Amino acid sequence: MRRLRALLLKEFIQMKRDRLTFAMMVGLPIIQLLVFGFAINTDVKHLSTVVFDQSLQQESRDLLGAFTASEYFDIKYTARSYQEVADIIEQGKAKVGIIIPPDFSDSIKHSRSAAVQVIVDASDSMAASSAISTAQLIGQLKSEEILVKKLQAAGAQKPARPYDIRIRPWYNPDLVSAFYMVPGILGIILTMTMVMITSMAIVRERERGTLEQLIVTPLKSYELMLGKIIPYIFVGYIQATLALAVGIVVFDLPMQGSLALLYGLTTLFIVASLALGILISTVTRTQMQAMQLSFFIFLPSILLSGFMFPREAMPDFFRMIGYLLPLTYYLEIMRGIVLKGVGVSFLWTQILALCVFITVMLTVSILKFQKRLV
Amino acid sequence: MLAVETSDLTRKFGEFTAVNKLNLAIRRGSIYGFLGPNGSGKSTTIRMLCGLLKPTAGTGTVMGLDIGQDSEQIKSQIGYMSQKFSLYDDLTVSENLAFYAGMYDLPADAARRKIQEMLELAHLADSKNELAANLSGGYKQRLALGCAILHKPPILFLDEPTGGVDPKSRRMFWDIIYALADAGSTVMVTTHFMDEAEHCDAIGFIYEGNLIADDSPHKLKMSLPGIFITIPADNPMELMQQLAEERLPALDIYPHGASVRILTEEKTLGYYRRFAYQITSPSLEDVFVYYVKNRRQEAPR
Repeated sequence: MRRLRALLLKEFIQMKRDRLTFAMMVGLPIIQLLVFGFAINTDVKHLSTVVFDQSLQQESRDLLGAFTASEYFDIKYTARSYQEVADIIEQGKAKVGIIIPPDFSDSIKHSRSAAVQVIVDASDSMAASSAISTAQLIGQLKSEEILVKKLQAAGAQKPARPYDIRIRPWYNPDLVSAFYMVPGILGIILTMTMVMITSMAIVRERERGTLEQLIVTPLKSYELMLGKIIPYIFVGYIQATLALAVGIVVFDLPMQGSLALLYGLTTLFIVASLALGILISTVTRTQMQAMQLSFFIFLPSILLSGFMFPREAMPDFFRMIGYLLPLTYYLEIMRGIVLKGVGVSFLWTQILALCVFITVMLTVSILKFQKRLV
Repeated sequence: MLAVETSDLTRKFGEFTAVNKLNLAIRRGSIYGFLGPNGSGKSTTIRMLCGLLKPTAGTGTVMGLDIGQDSEQIKSQIGYMSQKFSLYDDLTVSENLAFYAGMYDLPADAARRKIQEMLELAHLADSKNELAANLSGGYKQRLALGCAILHKPPILFLDEPTGGVDPKSRRMFWDIIYALADAGSTVMVTTHFMDEAEHCDAIGFIYEGNLIADDSPHKLKMSLPGIFITIPADNPMELMQQLAEERLPALDIYPHGASVRILTEEKTLGYYRRFAYQITSPSLEDVFVYYVKNRRQEAPR
């Protein structure tokens, strides 16, 4: 116990003396959360649009009005030829081109199908799919509107829709991206700092030569590991608290579930990340190697955990890799508690998975770490 | 009773043999000087004894404990000071001492007393609140020694403790080492300084991983097969040239300031009668150089 206490005291003193690192540990989460929270928006609106309207009639203006009103399309350019549309899209000035044929009005008046071409720059798939689905929806709604008008003009009753699909987006009714992103960013920030700090922890002592003096003492391997983990649980708490505060104050994050449960499970995630970092620290020999290995963990954490892309869309193999990352479970926990307000009874699988992860990582670290120099 | 005993202790790094079949026997309560040029295997040997490195072959015991199996038990018995400063730069002098008091599991009041004792012993009381990073070489070494002997280890390994240390600190250092040995501790110390080696109870010469001589300083000097004479000369190189041309019998010959030193057998001393020579007692350096040269002739590489 005295050994562990001395280790903890030493870590806190060193943390206190290294003000820059401490400032970064505290300042970075806030900055990252603000930057990502505002910048990342998966709902792609206000796409720059070029229009080549050859009809220039009431009907074409009406259709374009519907496009603009959707807020997904901002008509920024008017072209006078097909070639000009192509040029503007090619230059990247516009992502969408709408081309209305000269006989557009006539076709509608004479009950023929009026063709409208919508060109989408699909090199950015997220923007493209948003534009495509909105354009299709606008086409259907406008068609229906015109059909109804015609039927009414012919003296018929306004017909009832055969299907009436009513959609209720639960947990995030306004589909605010930030609600989905902020818990994710909190997880990413914790992963980054926790893994990075501890991955340096032992290897730094090795590089500075202080490990040599440390391992001729009767210090036990597990005491060393605990001494490197416990201080950073506090740093993790500070980060999580700051990030949550920013989420709630700046992004109006709804806090549906129990804050106590959230903190409890955040501890599990912090320990899991720290344990992963410790493992990296025991298998590497230099801080450079440790840094590279940490980055090797970050990228899959960002891409495969469900932070950015839905895991449902991933091929089985990659979804399985996601199950090996603590962030995957933490995101489910965070979104579950913050947005859905679920209780602990819904989160057993995730809790169990994190516990298994911690046990495996620490066991391997303690076994791998030998109190020797080479 | 032996404090350290090894039998054919060997360590290889890849193809390179750093320590080759070393057989040591260090008496308890003695000061054992471990001498040899850089890279001769001194540090590697000490690191194996402290459990920092695993031997490639051979066995050894420290305070009766096996270095292979009981390396963790050994750790509470030893104090170790490495060649390179290996304490925390960003901790103060007393924080470093307190940290190691914790590592050796000293109870709070014993720790306080010990820290105070070390501060006084190493003359660090005035700088106890300095960061270790700001200490000069001699102070750093004294602090490292303080951290290594805080728990009163029965055996102390010092790996070049006085490298880069001023004469005053060196003196202070050796006073502490004597005091520890007087109190019953065993000290194994590596050094480059031959005058320091004179202070040891026993000396081991290690060269290219092999132990080439191992005895008390006095016996080592006696073991030379001849007598050292010094011939004053204004131009030592010229005299050496002349002696070489005359093929006078010499086991060893080298210039030493404004004189030439010659090792020659007693029966051939007569050849030097016409020079105004003086018989001088050999220094440990003479002994060391003699053994190294001998070794080279025996086993040419």
